[in-house]
Amino acid sequence: MAMTVELPALERTDAMASPAPSGRLRRLARPALGLLLPVGLALAWEIIVWLGLSNGRLVPPPSKLFATIVELARSGELARHIMATLTRVVAGFGLGVIAGTVFGAISGYWGLARRLLDPTVQALRAIPSIAWVPLFILWLGIFETSKIVLIAVGVFFPIYLGVMGAILSVDRKIVEVGRTFRLSGPAMIRRILLPAVLPAYVVALRVGLGLGWMFVVAAEFMGASEGLGYLLIDGQQLGKPAQILAAIVIFAILGKTTDWLIEIGSAPLLRWQDAFGRQSGAA
Amino acid sequence: MLALDRLGKIYPNGVNALERFSADVRLGEIVAIIGGSGCGKSTLLRAIAGLDRATSGTVTLDNIAITGPHAKIGIIFQEPRLLPWLSVADNIGFGLSELPANIRREKVARALARVGLADKADAWPRELSGGQAQRVAIARALVPQPEVLLLDEPFSALDAFTRSDLQDHLLDLWADTRPTLLLVTHDVDEAVVLADRVLVMRPRPGRLFDESRSTWRGRATAIRRCSIISSAGC
Repeated sequence: MAMTVELPALERTDAMASPAPSGRLRRLARPALGLLLPVGLALAWEIIVWLGLSNGRLVPPPSKLFATIVELARSGELARHIMATLTRVVAGFGLGVIAGTVFGAISGYWGLARRLLDPTVQALRAIPSIAWVPLFILWLGIFETSKIVLIAVGVFFPIYLGVMGAILSVDRKIVEVGRTFRLSGPAMIRRILLPAVLPAYVVALRVGLGLGWMFVVAAEFMGASEGLGYLLIDGQQLGKPAQILAAIVIFAILGKTTDWLIEIGSAPLLRWQDAFGRQSGAA
Repeated sequence: MLALDRLGKIYPNGVNALERFSADVRLGEIVAIIGGSGCGKSTLLRAIAGLDRATSGTVTLDNIAITGPHAKIGIIFQEPRLLPWLSVADNIGFGLSELPANIRREKVARALARVGLADKADAWPRELSGGQAQRVAIARALVPQPEVLLLDEPFSALDAFTRSDLQDHLLDLWADTRPTLLLVTHDVDEAVVLADRVLVMRPRPGRLFDESRSTWRGRATAIRRCSIISSAGC
């Protein structure tokens, strides 16, 4: 905190001589500000338990949580659970993205297909995806296939809607520029539509990924012998709140990391955007 | 020669936007079309550009019927309509994609220098001012060397200084290859300053109402240059 408070003064003195160090400080200080609240709360809870104001049995202090994670990691169990969950998410997310992109693009680009397809998709979307679970288990068995399909179904809808909506809202004026330069159908898609829908597509991917992580838990609740969702259920049944919290923390880390990967991966493609977010990010 | 023969446009909602519009425009001529809003100016221009199909009549360029966008016909819109994901240079080269990269680069560089934006080649469109963006749009339309350039109120969104600046600049660029210019505007001054010939349109239904020859071009710019110089105190 001291760092961020001191920053303006530091910058003023350094502005003329060397702007680089203050810029680096600033870049380090900004994420630090975001860490303030969670780290502060964790520290407070640690102290409360340490002082004996609470026994911390149901809400274990951070040190206990950390110890649990280390223990799980040392036995190699953690890697196994993470791999199991990650594989399911990647497979389900991949399938959902492919299907959502293909159907969303068809519905967005081709009016007849939209009138044919969209009402059905919208009706299916109204069904809570978890409601499919019993049917998927009957059809596809209790093992991996039904889990991956459930995740894919959850991911499909935001991607489908995002792609279709983005294509439908591409600026007619920009499309006319393509027409005046006599772009063929494929060239129009490649040179106008694809770049125009990209920002919305990235948002759809991030929403879809979030749902993927949500549905992997649901999928693992319906009977799994490994995975982070299994750790949750196992922790509940055996009364190990530290294990539950450890799994939750790892979910948070993995979710944030994968989301960040999409953000980083798409950033070079979206540098052209003239948006509010960029402004406040740069200032 | 660009020949418009009894062009008519009735929109699906029954609005008669354009009725029996006929005109011939010689190669290299600058023709302004003026009229109030809703008199079919833009409809006419979009029909010539091949963006909308006229419901009756024909557009022919050198005896070839125009039914869709054509390589020899370029258009500049009221807004620059630059593609935000392409750099300024790539925007100008947008219509040259079938040329080899080195020739394209050379043409783009020349066009950029010609509109005075050589230092903006790698900038994004969002980093340009309104006048600069419109200059890029003009360069983009001119770089494939169209025979006919259509302009749909190209300067109406700009401030007065930038507008007169760009009007002069347009005439300057026009002198390079002398394409036919067909300029739609609601600004009488602009029409008189730029055009050899002014066509006046009237609404409901949109039609040609009057035609007058302007002998002002050149002289008007000269007068205006003088007045700007004198108002600047020189």
